[in-house]
Parts: sequence; structure tokens; C-alpha cells
Amino acid sequence: MTTAGINIHTGKAMPLNQANVDTDQIIPKQFLTAVTKSGYGKHLFHDWRYLDQHEQVPNPDFVFNKAEHQGASVLLTRENFGCGSSREHAPWSLDDYGFKVVIGTSFADIFYGNCINNQLLPVQLTSSQMDQLFALVESDASAQITVNLQDQTVKVKDLSFVFEIAEQHKTNLLKGLDAIGQTLELNDKITAFENNLPQWQKA
Amino acid sequence: MATTLYDKIWQAHIIDAKKTSETGEEGLIYIDRHLIHEVTTPQAFAGLDEKSRKVRCPERTFATMDHSISTRSLALDACGPTNKLQLQTLADNCKKHGIELFPVGHQKQGIVHVMGPELGLIQPGMTVVCGDSHTATHGAFGALAFGIGTSQVEHVFATQTLKQSKAKSMQVQVNGSLPIGITAKDIILAIIGKIGHAGATGYVIEYSGEAISALSMEERMTVCNMSIEAGAKAGLIAPDQTTFDYLEGREYAPKGDNWTQAVAYWNSLKSDKDATFDTVIQLNAADITPQVTWGTNPGQVIGVNQPVPSPNDFSDPIDKDSANKALKYMDLAPGQKLSELSVNNVFIGSCTNGRIEDMRAAAAIAKHGKVAPGVTAIVVPGSVSVKAQAEAEQLDKIFIEAGFEWRLPGCSMCLGMNDDILTQGDRCASTSNRNFEGRQGRGSRTHLVSPAMAAAAALAGHFADVRDYQ
Repeated sequence: MTTAGINIHTGKAMPLNQANVDTDQIIPKQFLTAVTKSGYGKHLFHDWRYLDQHEQVPNPDFVFNKAEHQGASVLLTRENFGCGSSREHAPWSLDDYGFKVVIGTSFADIFYGNCINNQLLPVQLTSSQMDQLFALVESDASAQITVNLQDQTVKVKDLSFVFEIAEQHKTNLLKGLDAIGQTLELNDKITAFENNLPQWQKA
Repeated sequence: MATTLYDKIWQAHIIDAKKTSETGEEGLIYIDRHLIHEVTTPQAFAGLDEKSRKVRCPERTFATMDHSISTRSLALDACGPTNKLQLQTLADNCKKHGIELFPVGHQKQGIVHVMGPELGLIQPGMTVVCGDSHTATHGAFGALAFGIGTSQVEHVFATQTLKQSKAKSMQVQVNGSLPIGITAKDIILAIIGKIGHAGATGYVIEYSGEAISALSMEERMTVCNMSIEAGAKAGLIAPDQTTFDYLEGREYAPKGDNWTQAVAYWNSLKSDKDATFDTVIQLNAADITPQVTWGTNPGQVIGVNQPVPSPNDFSDPIDKDSANKALKYMDLAPGQKLSELSVNNVFIGSCTNGRIEDMRAAAAIAKHGKVAPGVTAIVVPGSVSVKAQAEAEQLDKIFIEAGFEWRLPGCSMCLGMNDDILTQGDRCASTSNRNFEGRQGRGSRTHLVSPAMAAAAALAGHFADVRDYQ
């Protein structure tokens, strides 16, 4: 997909202080029968967010339903976020809810790639850095976190962290490149590869 | 330089590559086989249409219906209008783009990861992708197979390639021979229990050792299938005579001279003796017991005779916290015995354990008795072909006589995108691959086990050691 690209984002945090959040929690199966990419935000974390299956009764204990965290656009989490199913509905629902950045200790492979392909910025920090962010947001829910992709920094109040991101992911996010369009520029190379396959491997 | 099986397959598919660091490499790799289903493709086809792009290699692409279908009826609308729309959208898109589809009712229809191998569509050395994380299954053939997102599905449609970073390599050796009553499912659950739910994130695993070599192709598929449950990019097993014997004569396998050339190439697909791996893990097959998950991720697993652990058994604070949450969700207490834990549902099926050998293993236990009062047990074959073979062997009769329901093929209760779902508080012995909260239905509790263990739980009404039936 082609979009404008992302660089600097500033917003409030949603502290989801839990490890191994799987994509079945992010967006359960009953919402995967849709054939479009939009409208998943209201079902994000459905089982945890609502006490009933019709989404009429919010679960008051779940962090997403706390008044002080409404309007958050930066999701804080822990290790192995997005594990399990490959469903791209997970980043679609995070994006549709309003998240621009997910900061965690580590991410599952397929989910990470799906984020990059949807202009949702995954930021990886250390466990102790996450501890500091969670502590800060607990003391001040309104704290504004600024994530700068070009500089690879996360800043909030007195905290300032540097994060790593692969060069190709950074470029794709900054420029909002059309991945398919880029690959199609290598069409001659792809055709040459196909022509060189032994006969029995040609489809 | 000595290379691994993964290195060899990667190298054979590189179209364009560059070094990202001293050891890092990324590249554009060619994709030999693309399997698709109804859930993760509609948005990809829509993306193609928006840009007036075509599917580059429809002949390398095969489609089936599996996730959103009923296991009681062949009607597309049996699970409601949204499921029907999704299934019809797949049919329309396949027709428009010239992709072969095995729809509900077709003789070749089945769960995508059961259908592909049984038709001979998956061969050693291939790169295989599908918008489904259990694509790892196909690594059993020595194919580099991994799950992708919908944006990547669209990328493969348009270009027959993917941009990938090269993963690290992990060797998992399972040495010695398996004790009687221990299955491939127990092997992979024991591996995940040992390395953890994210223990292989960033790695491609190669499984080896005597216990792996001795496995049938179907058992190898069960092992590779759950590689993703340890976070791995893919799982691989080097092809050997077992692989070639399985493939020979299958509909889409090479024939005649092509077969001879193929086998010559496939014989070269193994890690060099002095190849090094970034990580090596070893297990003794003799130590593996029938496995049962107690928690809410597949790494939270114990032997059937071990007590449910306490959060205090874990030193890592994250593991401790996860154990606390899992025990609460699963309504279990530390020290509890699994043999005292009642189940009211049993599910036998899925891309992990829905093949003919799984049906046979479950039937061999089922014939010993009747499903316990209060237990609902369903058996869902992985494909039309598995169902037909099971019926030819009269396994369906064994199941039905014992009180199991014998259903139509599909993903079914593994994830419940149809009406095979559990409700609040249900406890299920399941041969599927994920015990996440709510995976089989909101508030339901899933325990992952082998087909024989699931059948034994159905008869006993609680978990039971399948070795007692031997």
C-alpha cells in the first residue's frame, strides 16, 4: 500500500502490561469473516474489553476502559507481542482504533512484518526501559510520548531511549513506499530467474 | 563453506540480495508454491484490482475452502451470510484470476495444510507460503514454508516473490527412539515446553536425530506444524527416502524423467556434516511422556502424570506472571492432578492432527469404550480424502459406535470460525495447536494433546494416560 509515510508521532500511552499477547486476543476469529480492511477497531481486544459478546458492557477492569487512557495512540506492551495467527486483521484493528506506534520488549515475526506493511511503527526497547515507561505512565497517564523514527528515539519527560530498526523497514515506513511497485521494478530479474529453472521445476 | 539445509534453499531462491551487516542478509526470494484460503485473501485480491494488477503465476497458486465452512453441511451459507460472502468472494476471485480452487464438496477440498501435501503440491527444496501461520507444516518435506500476512499475499500474487531477511538457524535434535505410546504431538509439545513459546523467534528450526528420522511424513508434518508455536519462522526436516516414497505417484509430483531429476536434486538437500547452527537444542526421546498443556500458551505444558505447576516454580518474573494469569483463566490450582480434571469437550482434527494416521490413532483408543456421559466429542477429518480413507477403513463406525460425532472436513473447532465453538467454562481436550484464551470460544479452556490422548480423555471424562491402553 502507498501512504504518506511516518516520521514523528506524539501521543498518550495505553499501558498493556502483559507478555505474550497473541493475535487471537487482539482480534478474535469471529471478526475475521469480513472482506475489507476497515472497521476492526471497535472489536480490538474484544474478549478483554467487553463483558458481553455484543460489546454493550465494557469491562471496567481492563486498561482500555480507564478514563485516563482514552485517546491514547501509543500502545505499550511486553515481550512476544502479536504471537500466534498470521492474521493481518491484528494491525488493521490496532490502526483502526487509533494506534500509530506499538512499543514492546519483543514482537512475533509475522506480526512485526504486518505492522511494517501497514505503516504501524513497532518499536523494540529493553525490559528495563519498558519498566520505566510503564512506571511513568502509571504516575502520569497524560504524559505525551514522542517517537522519532528518523532519529530512532523515544522521549517522554526526562526519559530518552534509542531504538534499533532495520534500515529497509525504516525506509519503507518513512517514505510510505509501495512494496509491490518496488519489486515490479525488478521484473526482468524475476523473469530471468523463472527462465533459468530446470524444466521439472517449471510450474 | 559448510551450509545448512536452510542456507541451500535460501540460496537457490535468491533473485536479488544484499548484506545488511556482517552476518545479516536480506533478499528478494522466489516463491514456488502459494496456497490460499478464504480468510486472508479477499483484501489482497481487492488490492490487486485497485491497481489493475494480475496474479503473475496462477499455475503456482492453489486455493481451498477450510476456515469458515460448516462441518455439518456442504452449503456455503450453513454458517451465515458473512461466512458465505467470504467463501463466495474466494470463488469469484479464483475464477477471475484463473486460480484452481477446491471448494466445499470437491474431492480435493481440505484444510489447506492437509490438502497441499496429499496432492503432492509440496516438494523438497520449494519455497511455500500461505496466509496462515501453520504453513510451517510443509517444512516436513524439506521445503522452506512460512505463514505471511495479507499484504504479503498480495505481493506474492503480483510478483511471485517476497522480500525477506535471512533468519538465524536452530538445530533441534531428538535423539534415541520414542517410547511406546508417545507421538509426534508429544515431541513438538515437549520441544516447545523446553524452549518456550517465543524460544525460536527469529530462527528457522531444523529438526534432526534418530527419533525425527524414524517419523512418517504425517508425523513430521505434526512436528513442523507447531514450529510457529515456539515463534519460529519455519521448521525443516531434511528429505529422505520416507519423503520420496510419500511423494511418488501423487497427482502433482514430478513423473518419469522429471521424477528422476527431482530425486537427484532432493538428495542434495541436507545440512553439511560440519555446518554450524546459531543454536543447538537436544532432547532425549526416551524422556518424553504424553504431553498436556495446562496454560494459555503452548509452552505451558507438562507430562500427563506431572502436577499442575505453581507460579513459584518459575524464576523469570514474566513466566511467573503468565503462570498466575493462566491458572486463573484455566481454573486450575497448583499441584492439581490432570487425571482428576474433568473435560466436557473433545476435538480431534486440525492441520496439526487431522490426517489419516491421526484418525487411526484416535480410533484405536475409541474402540476400547464409550464417550463418557456429559462429554461432547467430535472428529473432523482434515480433508475429503482423509474422510474417504477413514470410512474405507470403517474408522467412522468405530467413532460413531463409541459416541463421537463424525464430521465433514475443515478447520472447525481449532479456531471456531464456523459454528463449532465452545462456550464459557467449557474444558476441551483438543488435538489442535493453540490453547490461547478464548481460542475455541469466549471463556473456553483448551488443553492441547495428541489424538490418542484426546480419545482417551473422551472415554474417561478426564485426562488419562494413553499408555494404560497399550
